[in-house]
Parts: sequence; C-alpha cells; structure tokens
Amino acid sequence: MKILLLLALLLAACNPRKIELQGAGASFPYPLYSKMFEEYYKEFNVGINYQAIGSGGGIRQLLAKTVDFGASDVFMSDKELKESPNILHIPICLGAVVITYNLPGNPKIKLTPDVIADIFLGKIKKWNDKRIKEINPDIALPNKDIIVIRRSDASGTTFIFTDYLSKISKDWEKNIGKGSMVNWKIGLGGKGNAGVTSLIKQTNGAIGYIELTYAMEQNLPYAVIKNKKGNFIEPCISSVSLAGDIEIPDDTRTSIVDTDNPFGYSISGFTWILVYKEQGEEKKGKELAKLLWWMTHKGQEYTKPLHYASLPTLVVKKAEVIISLISYNGRPLLKKGANF
Amino acid sequence: MVDHYSKKELIFKKILFLSGFFIIALLFTIFLTLIVSSFPSIKAFGLGFLSGKVWDPVFSQYGCFPFLLGTLITAGLALFLSFFFSLSISILIGEYLKKGTLPFLLKGLIDLLAGIPSVIYGFWGLFFLVPIVQKIEVFLGITPYGVSILTASLVLSIMIIPYSASIGREVIGLVPSEIKEAGYSLGATRYEVIRKVILPYAKGGLSAGFLLSLGRALGETMAVTMVIGNSALLPKNIFSPGNTMASVIANEITEATGKLYLSSLIEIGLVLFFLTTIVNIMGNYIVGRVKC
Repeated sequence: MKILLLLALLLAACNPRKIELQGAGASFPYPLYSKMFEEYYKEFNVGINYQAIGSGGGIRQLLAKTVDFGASDVFMSDKELKESPNILHIPICLGAVVITYNLPGNPKIKLTPDVIADIFLGKIKKWNDKRIKEINPDIALPNKDIIVIRRSDASGTTFIFTDYLSKISKDWEKNIGKGSMVNWKIGLGGKGNAGVTSLIKQTNGAIGYIELTYAMEQNLPYAVIKNKKGNFIEPCISSVSLAGDIEIPDDTRTSIVDTDNPFGYSISGFTWILVYKEQGEEKKGKELAKLLWWMTHKGQEYTKPLHYASLPTLVVKKAEVIISLISYNGRPLLKKGANF
Repeated sequence: MVDHYSKKELIFKKILFLSGFFIIALLFTIFLTLIVSSFPSIKAFGLGFLSGKVWDPVFSQYGCFPFLLGTLITAGLALFLSFFFSLSISILIGEYLKKGTLPFLLKGLIDLLAGIPSVIYGFWGLFFLVPIVQKIEVFLGITPYGVSILTASLVLSIMIIPYSASIGREVIGLVPSEIKEAGYSLGATRYEVIRKVILPYAKGGLSAGFLLSLGRALGETMAVTMVIGNSALLPKNIFSPGNTMASVIANEITEATGKLYLSSLIEIGLVLFFLTTIVNIMGNYIVGRVKC
C-alpha cells in the first residue's frame, strides 16, 4: 500500500501541473477527434479526454460546465444562445449524409430533391415509379416496394438529412420538420449507422441515409444527387468541402444544406466545437485556444485519410477570428495571428 | 463477556437495518428524481401523456401510448411464447432428470443463456430471425420488413426463459417426495402426478418465476431496439414495426435538447417505473394467494 502511494506521488511529481482538457459531444467526428487528440498529445503533451455521448449531451455538459468544450453537429439556436450567451462555435470539419439502397446489382442511381422528398414522405412507393425512371433511363428498376430505413436513435445525421428535406420540400417542412429526431410517417428505424446499414443490406428494395464516412468505409452504393444549381453531384470529400465554400455568417452558425455552390454536394454540414468565450482558468483556457487553432489549421491534414471533409480557407479565416475571441478576464488568450 | 457479545449482536443488527434502509432510500430517491425531472412534461400534458398517440420532437408533441402499448404487447407475447418452454424445461430438470450429466449440462446451458449480453441477442435477432420473419411475410403477402413486434417478442421470449426456468426447476425439485409417493400409491400415472400434485404445489413459485421474467421483458432495451423497427406509429398487427418505452428512452435521450423533450423522455421512465411496480405488486398478490 505504502509503495503504491509512493509510486503515485512519484508519478505526480514527474508531470508537474499537467493539463488535461475534458470534452464531450457528437459521435460523428469522434474517429477524427481521437486521431487529432492523439497527435496533439504526441506533439504538445496535452491530454484531451473526449466522450462521444452525442451532440445534445455535449451541449448539456457544456452548459453544466462539467467539460471544457462541447462538440455538436447541430448549432445552438438563437433562443438557446439567448439563455446562455457567451458560447462560441468553432467549425472543425464537414460531414455529409448519403442516400444508400439495396437494389439488384446496386447500380449508381441519380436522384433529384423532389423525388427524395417524396420517397421519404411515402408518396413514391415503387422503385419503377416513372419519376425515378425519368432520371435513370439506363437502369432497369425493379417493380418492388421502396422500404424506407432511417435512424431510430436521435442523431446529427438525421438532423442534417431532415434539414435538407425541409429546405427543398414545403410539404416536409410543414408536416415533419427538421430535428435530430422527427415524427416519421413511414419506415423502419435502425440503431446507429450500423443498424441502418444492416437493415438495408438485408432488405431488398430498401433505401436509407447514412454518414458519408461510414458509407465509404463499408463500400456501400450511394446516390448521385442534383444540387440547387442543377448539377448532379457525387458525394465525396471534395464536393462536401465545396458545399461549405460559400458566404457564411461570421459566427459560422449556419446550415449549408442545399448549398449555392454549383459543385457542392447538397446534404452537407459543419460540425463544431463549442466553448465559452470567457474562460474560467487562464492556463486551461489558453491550452484550449491553442488546441482549437491547431485543429482548424495543422490538424486539418488528418481529415482526408479518415474520409472527413476539410474546412474551406474562407471558413478557416472565420474560425481564426472566433478563436481569437476566447479570453480570460476580458483579455484574449491567443495573440491574433500568433502561429505556434 | 456477556456485554461484549451483546454489543456485537447490536452492531450486526444495525448493519442489517442500515442496508435494508439504504435500499428503500435508494428506490425512493430514484422515484423522486424521476418525478421532479418529469415535472415540466407532467405539467404540460397531464394524463394526456399516457393516451397521446403522437410523439413529435419537432413540434413538441409528446404522448407515450404507442410505446406503452408496444411494451405491453412485446412483453406479454414473449411471456406467452416462453411459457411452455420454461414449464417443460422446469419439469424435465426438476422431475425427470434429477441426477446425471444431462441435467447438469442443461442447467449450465440455461444459466449461460441468462449471462449472454443483450446486444448479442439483438445481433442474433437481426441476422438470424429477421430474414426468417421476412420469408414468412413474403409468404403471407405483406411487406417484408423483417423487423417487427413479433421479431422483438421472439428474441425476448428466448432471453427470459432462463429466469422462469431456473426458478421453476428449483420449486419443482422442492416438492416433498411424500406427497408425490402418495399420488403414485393411489394409482396415478406420472403425468397425473405432475398435473395434479406437483404443479398445484409449485404454483406459487412458478408464477413468481414468470413474473420475474415478465419484469425482465418489460425493461429490456438493447435487443428490442435492434429488431423492433422503432416506429412511433400505433402498430396495426404483430408484423408491424413498433417501439417500447425502454427503447425510446435509449434511442433519444442522448440527443434530447430542450427541457420539455428531456422531461417527456424521463416521464416515460416514470411510467415504466410504475408499470413494473404494478406488475410486481400484482405478482406478490398472486403468489401470496396461491400459497395460502
């Protein structure tokens, strides 16, 4: 017992005033964040403990001040920010949602916004519906029921997807709306990307939505989707990055679904890290600001190998301004332009 | 000397009382937490929460009737499906195979069933049962979803067998041989002895076992959520997708932003708490009455 105590004391002495940052939130960027934090630890010896408990949980924990930063795929609304101002959103990367399916031979199908909305509303019921055939004249579509598969658990993926549907379909906006969980009128729920994928794989004629990263890793087929400017865009990390390469507000709290960029993929979104503008501890706050700077700059190199879309330069510039707002006792913690 | 011993006795007794009190306090505080946290939802919907058929987080409309119904149907159906299996296994081990390796093996395997994590049952259901149910649905000419209330009940029924079977075999094994022998001496066959002597004698214990397994079925989350289809619409038949209370909570609580949403989910927990309490009280009443 005494030896153990001594050992513990020794260990503590070896790392004087070691700083560890606590974070919690979205599960979507978790693989990227754990890679980034691992590299950051190697380089700067600052440990970061991140719990992927979901976006909502991340925001709750940040508001309860049990973590140093929260992470979310959904930005806080104006109303939520009014109740707890002083929170900054820093975009870290972009993600996208793809539409995957189970058809004989799994051909690459094309879809248009109105067809997607009507499939998920249950108005288009068969695969050989003439509206699907019109866009895919070369594909032999079977006379099969379309079985819609969706997420059963509330998630940022569902938010981005329903956000997109609300933007392109009045009917959807009025009757179902957007949210990380909505009142689905049809379909089956699978738990997580894995649950949705296994249901789709097992069900002939199924269609569903999953994260791009997951679809790429699992080699699933996904649809090419017509964007706002009329181009059919294949979802990939560059077309997702392009979706964010548009004029956005300075606080970056914006939805980029149905993007104006002619080469951007329509169902894309930012994922953010949320921090308090005014930090409670100087040393910790400074480390946090440094970490965020690193994540939006050097850390971006880890996005591509993990199938995440990196931030467009325009957005990095906005992120820089936001990070420089992080302060202690009213004084900014990072000198502007200070590259470390 | 005497003083010393009585002191020990006193401390021992105190420890027992404290642990007993601790359990009561724990249960009470859980109950209190549930009530306090679900207060916004109770205030907003009142009793309509129980009968409300719409669960819409976007428009802040919360009613848990479809989930309440889904819970009751899946648990009830699972109990029904497992009933004959559990009873047969209990009789087989408790009466027919009293010694030897076979009952030993059987007992071990049944206990093993109870130890399998529920996520494994879920995966088994998803990869093995779902395709079978899809084939049945194709045969019946309905849309082959595969995941349904029936699939969930089938998975549940297997999960709960060990609970009722292990209690069942114990109580059947405990039936005094005198009364069984009395039955045989009157010329009864083995079937008649089981039917008219053993089962009536062991009724109380058997029911307790089934209630325990029902409680397990009501609260099961992971395995159910993987195969039930998670639909908030009212199920039309047992081939429809549905949802249960425990599964909704597990699916939605991580991302529940907004006071009313969170408190509605917690109120589902409160309803589930009441439901299991009612089942338990009913169980104790039945067991008590049968024994007398």
